[in-house]
Amino acid sequence: MSQAKPGAPAPDPAPGDPSPGRRLLRMARPRATKANALAALLAILLGFAVATQVRQNQSLGLESLRQSELVNILDNATLRERTLDQTARELQTTRDQLVSGSTGGAAALKAAQDRLDSLRILAGTARASGPGIRMTISDPGSKVTSPVLLDAVQELRDAGAEAIQINNIRIVASSHFNQGASGIEIDGKSVAPPYTITAIGDPATMSSAMEIPGGLAENVRQLGATITITQSKDLTVGALHPLNAPRYARPVPQQTPAPAP
Amino acid sequence: MIPALGLLVGLAVGLFLHPTVPLALQPYLPIAVIAALDAVFGGVRAVLDGIFNDKVFVVSFLSNVVVAAFIVFLGDQLGVGSQLSTGVVVVLGIRIFSNVASIRRHLFRA
Repeated sequence: MSQAKPGAPAPDPAPGDPSPGRRLLRMARPRATKANALAALLAILLGFAVATQVRQNQSLGLESLRQSELVNILDNATLRERTLDQTARELQTTRDQLVSGSTGGAAALKAAQDRLDSLRILAGTARASGPGIRMTISDPGSKVTSPVLLDAVQELRDAGAEAIQINNIRIVASSHFNQGASGIEIDGKSVAPPYTITAIGDPATMSSAMEIPGGLAENVRQLGATITITQSKDLTVGALHPLNAPRYARPVPQQTPAPAP
Repeated sequence: MIPALGLLVGLAVGLFLHPTVPLALQPYLPIAVIAALDAVFGGVRAVLDGIFNDKVFVVSFLSNVVVAAFIVFLGDQLGVGSQLSTGVVVVLGIRIFSNVASIRRHLFRA
């Protein structure tokens, strides 16, 4: 208790007397004065306030900001939102393009494959199997001529035949029938009776088309030949037509090379 | 010594209790803290100058805090709260610096 009189100013040492450090120490000695207690209380409050404020500042929310700062923040957020929005839209567009591009590619590939399959069946470069009918025309008197067979092919196509084979010759768009000296020639190859015609398509439609009055079966029987028609659920047209690249015909360039779906 | 210990005690209490500042006091607390720091540094300087007075310290501490908070309050009412609190912080900061410079001169004679 060096300081006896409470509230009295500290003794004023002459400048340059005991070192400032010592003066500070002497001042720091605990004194049981009312003012000292009050100062301690204020110091506690100050420490408490500092800690509180620091903590508050670390967990600062928007509620402690002033209006102008809030407006600034809002402006920034709006600006940023607009930028991000635009970016999102661009990315969305890119994504849509990519997605439609990939699915479009797959779809185009599938369409091209389907088209290739049907073209190969039409061109006779692929074996075809499916339901259909098999006709056997036995012609002991050699009365059946090429127009009769051509008629048969025509009638079958009319009835929806998709792949036709006579004996072991595939009938395609370019097939031609000739009445040669030795008999019927199809695509330059002679065909000998009995003629076996295999056609893939709807069996009922085709066989009824063959059997209608005035149709092929009747014509053939009038010529003295016999015809048997059997429907089948699973036939194979196994003969192939050799594909020759066209020498003269060229496709006309299309505006859109994409295959029709 | 006792006030210094009080400062530490207050810090510890504040750190452990996680107090939340009431919304009405939020704009004033930081300014009040800085004003109080100014008073503390002024007190230390007075000790070194040999003119320290407990009563003067307590009164200046309280008046500093109250006046600083009042100025900010006034600024808020006038719509210049942020500018005025900036000004208060600048002024108090200058005072703290000059006090610290004086303390330094006493302690290190430089």
